[in-house]
Parts: sequence; structure tokens; C-alpha cells
Amino acid sequence: MEKNQRTIDIVKRGLNKRYRSEKRFKIYGLSAILVSIIFLALLFISIIGTGYSAFFRTVVKLDITFDPESISKETLSTANYSGLVKKSLRGLFPNVEDRREKRQLYGLVSSGAAFQLRRLAMADPGVIGKTVSVWVPANDDVDMLMKGQMERNVPQSERRLTDKQLTWIDKLSGEDRLEKRFNTAFFTGGDSREPELAGIWGAVMGSFYTLVVTLLLSFPIGVSAAVYLEEFAPKNKWTDLIEVNINNLAAVPSIVFGLLGLAVFLNFFGLPRSTPLVGGLVLTLMTLPTIIIASRASLKSVPPSIRDAALGIGASKTQMVSHHVLPLAMPGMMTGTIIGMAQALGETAPLLMIGMVAFIVDVPHGFTDPATVLPVQIYLWADSPERAFTALTSAAIMVLLAFLIFMNSAAVLLRKKFERRW
Amino acid sequence: MKRICVLALMVAFVLSAGVAVARDTVAIVGSSTVYPFATVVAEQFGKTSKFNTPKIESTGSGGGLKLFCAGVGVEHPDITNASRRIKVSECVMCEKNGVKDVIEVKIGYDGIVLANSKKTAPFKLTQRDIFLALAKDVPDPSGAEKLVLNPNKTWKDVNPELPAIKIEVLGPPPTSGTRDAFVELGMEPGGKSFKWIKAMKRKDKKQYKAICHTIREDGAYVEAGENDNLIVQKLNANPDALGIFGFSFLDQNTDKIQGSFIDNVPPTFDSIADGSYPLSRPLFFYVKKAHIQVIPGTKEYLEEFTSEKAWGPDGYLADKGMIPMPEEEREYYRKVVQSLTTISCDDLK
Repeated sequence: MEKNQRTIDIVKRGLNKRYRSEKRFKIYGLSAILVSIIFLALLFISIIGTGYSAFFRTVVKLDITFDPESISKETLSTANYSGLVKKSLRGLFPNVEDRREKRQLYGLVSSGAAFQLRRLAMADPGVIGKTVSVWVPANDDVDMLMKGQMERNVPQSERRLTDKQLTWIDKLSGEDRLEKRFNTAFFTGGDSREPELAGIWGAVMGSFYTLVVTLLLSFPIGVSAAVYLEEFAPKNKWTDLIEVNINNLAAVPSIVFGLLGLAVFLNFFGLPRSTPLVGGLVLTLMTLPTIIIASRASLKSVPPSIRDAALGIGASKTQMVSHHVLPLAMPGMMTGTIIGMAQALGETAPLLMIGMVAFIVDVPHGFTDPATVLPVQIYLWADSPERAFTALTSAAIMVLLAFLIFMNSAAVLLRKKFERRW
Repeated sequence: MKRICVLALMVAFVLSAGVAVARDTVAIVGSSTVYPFATVVAEQFGKTSKFNTPKIESTGSGGGLKLFCAGVGVEHPDITNASRRIKVSECVMCEKNGVKDVIEVKIGYDGIVLANSKKTAPFKLTQRDIFLALAKDVPDPSGAEKLVLNPNKTWKDVNPELPAIKIEVLGPPPTSGTRDAFVELGMEPGGKSFKWIKAMKRKDKKQYKAICHTIREDGAYVEAGENDNLIVQKLNANPDALGIFGFSFLDQNTDKIQGSFIDNVPPTFDSIADGSYPLSRPLFFYVKKAHIQVIPGTKEYLEEFTSEKAWGPDGYLADKGMIPMPEEEREYYRKVVQSLTTISCDDLK
């Protein structure tokens, strides 16, 4: 019996089982991908669902009279602009007499309205003496009501707006004085404690300056380190030790770099706290290992024949490296650098120690102005008591994700375009 | 190209060294409870004055005082916010590091609330209930004058009038000033309500503090992190749980959560302001007098903070949920700021 059994029979007997197991294996892989896609979709849906409303804000039309009695060319910067806003509101609702009710009335309009009038008058002093219709931001509570994020059919004590305020709002929107507009302040403003005025431009600029410092430092240092280690360094115990250390550093939790930055850059060198300069230095420490490792890998992938040919026709080692190996390895190095930068863009932990997790209103204009970065801004908004900051948090996450997607696809494109295969 | 990079770096370093000498932005650190109030003042100040907007870091009261007391000079913060008074040990550390003239300004009050979801009835608690529910060791239920490991599982075990719901309280971690204040204002009076524990205060202060200030660690008290918004969300998801946080978060979320009555007083703006709500604490900030001349805008920031339109009963800080001080106290601290009166560590003892 045993003898007559042919190999093909044994194979055939197990064939179905093997097919099944292959199918199973495929399904495992597929479901793993499916699960990650579902989670990604959930993440996007929840972020976009809560965040899209922040791209619009409610504005109120007020007829402002720039009364020459309360404002003149000399007092442009110090005039009582919120007084003008209040006066115009009183003009709209002349029957509001009670002091408490007046406060509620003034509360419909954002405190940013006064700043807006101030800017307007400073830019064009000709408005003095005239009455101008101005669209000013509404208070965040009004904004949430208009966006349907506040329940109006509940007892007064359970919502942030009183019944009186609701009737005023209805009257305003009946007169077409309330409108939802694209929220440009979100993209052009600095941070604010008033959700309707808060913007991410300050954080974007902070991130920009920080990354410029990081790039300027980590790219040249990382590439030179990689070139030396790969092309010039002798293979011995010391270079092995260095290699192990670089790989280790790539795995060190980023908060450690923050502590190092605090001890070295702030306490020893006395550099200013909360600045992009120090943030960039700390993030350089963090991204260097990534860049060195990626650069070495791309140097290794340049075939030795290129080096031999260059040396063979009489090039010096430096010429060989700078004329032939480096240009060929550059796309890989750039990809590594961009990924390192994307990592640095999303980092908050090391910045906590050097004071970049702070409330900063003024948009930074240089490397030594106090600044925060995008992920820190997200963290700070998520921690704010005002409810309207929830939408802002998600909107800021969307902006950060857009930057990350942009950087990562740039890395992919670079690789696709310039990579050479041998 | 590389040479240019190196050159640019060197220039950047030289420039930064130059900037480190002069700073034209007021630097503020400190309590995360005061942060939402101080930031509003800073923003108002920045937008209405010719000075830069002060920079505020939220480091916690203890962390802020540590940075503040590290020394005098532009690399150290000018002001630190605190949700409790400076400790003698901190004041001594300040003096040792040359920070000798510190101005103390009380700015207002903050209520600590225990809140639960609106889906269920509000809790009516006493401080004794809080102590019995959350202390690690409680007096033996049989009445003997000794301690046992807290056996209470439900609120009904604590007080027969309370519902038979499992004790589950979400609160801040030990690093938080809110927790310190909660322990001091909520639990200690509860412990004191037992005569023999009260008597212990004179005999053995350390033991007394350990009893009154230690929170149980068997899972009934959940450390929910410093993010109060997260606690509010968790309360909404779990109607049986109570959460501990500052009044401003209750104020912003009145549609979702409700504050528990303490001794039959609900946590409202008025009850905290008139002192009838027991869990309220003062908020402070501390300023280095030596910095006022050096950092432009410091004095003006103090004036903005102590102006009636900021910290008054109708001021914008009250809108954000800070409980204003009575008139005389405001007057007193406004004078302190005008005359730059400093404190000495002996006053604190």
C-alpha cells in the first residue's frame, strides 16, 4: 500500500488544506488593513465632524457712529471703542434699561469688536464723524447657538444664554443682522481666550521658525555625520560604539531631549525661554538620529562600482563622495529629513520643558520671540473651559494633519521622482 | 552652501545671546487654575496697551513657585500664579536665591465643585460624607476610637440618606493645586468632625494630617489627570460618577453636569462669593519687585489685573468664572500693588 502511493497523491490530499490556509492568511491580512482603515475613517469623521464648524463664525452687523465727541485724531489709539459698540447696541434695543440686562446685551458681541473698530479707525481716520455699518464677531455663545450646538428648548439655567438674550438674537437675525461667515480670524490670528477670536497663525509661525532652526542644524550635521561614518570612518570598536549609540538615541523618549535642552540650552547657555531658537535646538537633537540613519541607508544603497569607477579614473575620495555618491544618495537623505521634520512638527513633550507650552497671543516675528507650535496649541485649546474651543481644537488638528500629509507626500514624491534603482 | 548655513547659525547664536540680556515680554508661570483668568487679563492688556502680551505658562502652583524662586534676572519669570498661598519653605528658598522682595496679590476666589451628570439627581453631601467616602483610613464604624481601612463601597454605606450608588470619584492627581485644596477644604473638616481625630491635632499633628489628607487608593478615587474637560466628558458617559474640578468648568457646562450640594449649599457664583459654600479657596499671584523696573509692562499689567473692570464684580474675570473678592479686600490689594508692598517669610508662619 505504502509503496504504491505516489508523491502526487500525497500532495493532492493536502492540497485543499493548503489552499484553505492560504485563503485564511489572506483574510487575516485583509481584515488587519480593514480595521486600520475603519479606525482612520472614524478618526477623520469625528475630527471633521466636530471641527468643520470652526471654519465659520457668526458676525453681527452694527451701525457704529464714530462720534467726534468721544474719538478724535489724537485719541485714535486710546479712545473708548467698546463704548461705541455698547452705544450702537443700545440704539438697536432702546428699551433695555436695567443694568443687569444691559450687561447681557453687551455680552452678545465679542470683546474683539472694540479691537476691530480700533483697527478700522487707525487705518482710516476719515471715519470720524460718520456712521458706518460694521460686521463684528459675535460672542462664542451666540455663535454656538447659531450653529445649532446649543439647545434652546431647555430651562434658562441649563444654557449659557438667557431667555432675554434669545429674543434679542431672534430679533437680530430677523433683521438680517446676523450672518455666518468664513472664519478668516482662525487662519490669521494669534491665540486668544475668546474662542471667536482665537487663531492658529501664531502657532503656525512658531512651528515654522522652530522647524527652520531644526532643518538648518540637523540636515547638514546629520548628512556630514552619515557621510563620515559611511565613507571615511575606519571600522573599529569606536565607530561601532557610535553606531549603537545613534540607534539608541533614535529610540529615546522625546521628553528626555526636553530635559537635556532645559539643562544645557536654558540653564547653561542662558538662551531665552519659550523661543523657537531653543525649540529648534531641542528638536534637532531629536531628529538627528533619524536623519543620520536614513542618510546612511541611502549612502549604502549607492553601488560600490560607482565609487570604484570614480576612484579608478583618479578622483580623490572627497571628489568621489561630493561629485558622485552624495548626489545619488541625496533623494533618500531628503526623504529621511522630511520624515524627521514631520516628526518634529508633531512633537510637544520636549517643548514642555523649555517653556513653549504657554499662552502666547502675539504672532512671533523671529527666532527669539516667545512662541508655541501647532500641536501645543491643540493641547492648550483642548484644556480650555469654554465649550466653543472643542471645535477649534478639531479644526487645528485638521490643519496639523494637512501639513503632515503634505510633508509626507512630498517625501513620497521626491523618492518616486529621483530615486535610482540599480 | 554649507558655509552659509554655518555662518547663519553663528549669527543666530550671537543674536540670541544679545537678546537674552533684554526681554520686553512679561514672563508669567504658575497654577493651571489661575491660568484661564491670567490669560484673559494678559490678552486684554496686550491688545489695549503698547506693550507686548505677557507670556503665560501653566506649570502648576508648586512648579511655578520653583521657577519663580530660582533667582532674579531676565532668565527667570517675573510673576507666578498660585491657587494657594506661598509656603514658608518656598519663601525661604526664594530668599536663599536672592529673590528677597516679593509682592503678594490675592486676586479672587475659586470654588471647588463635586459634580455629576444631569441624568441623575444631584448629590447632597456634607464634608463628613466626603471624608468617609474618600479617606484611606476612616474611624471604625462600630464607634471605637481606632482607624480601619475604608470599608465603604457605596454612598449609602457612608450616609444612609444617600443613594446606594458605588463610590466613584474622578479627581486631579497629587501634583495639582486643586487636589491640595480639595483635601484641605473638603476632607479635613470632615475628619475634624470626629472629636478624637480633632483632639489628635494638638497631640500628633503629623498623624492628624495623614488621616485627614490621605485619599484612598483602592479604585474608588480615580486620578483623571489635569484636563478638566476630560472629567466632564467622563461624567457625562458615567452618570454614577462624581468629578472634582474648578467652578469655571461647571459654569461652562451647566447643560451637562450639576454641582453637588455641600451642607445644603449649591455651588453657585453667589454662594461662593458670600462664603456660604465651604469649598472655596483664594487665588494669588506673586511678583518680583526687582523686575518691575526692568521688564517693560510689568507695572501696567498689575494695574490692569487690579482694575475694577478686570477683577470687580462686573469685570471680565467674573464672566470667566472667577469669584471676586469683597470690596475692602480689593481695595487692600490695589493699595499693595500701588505701593509695591512686599511680604516677608515671617508673615507666613
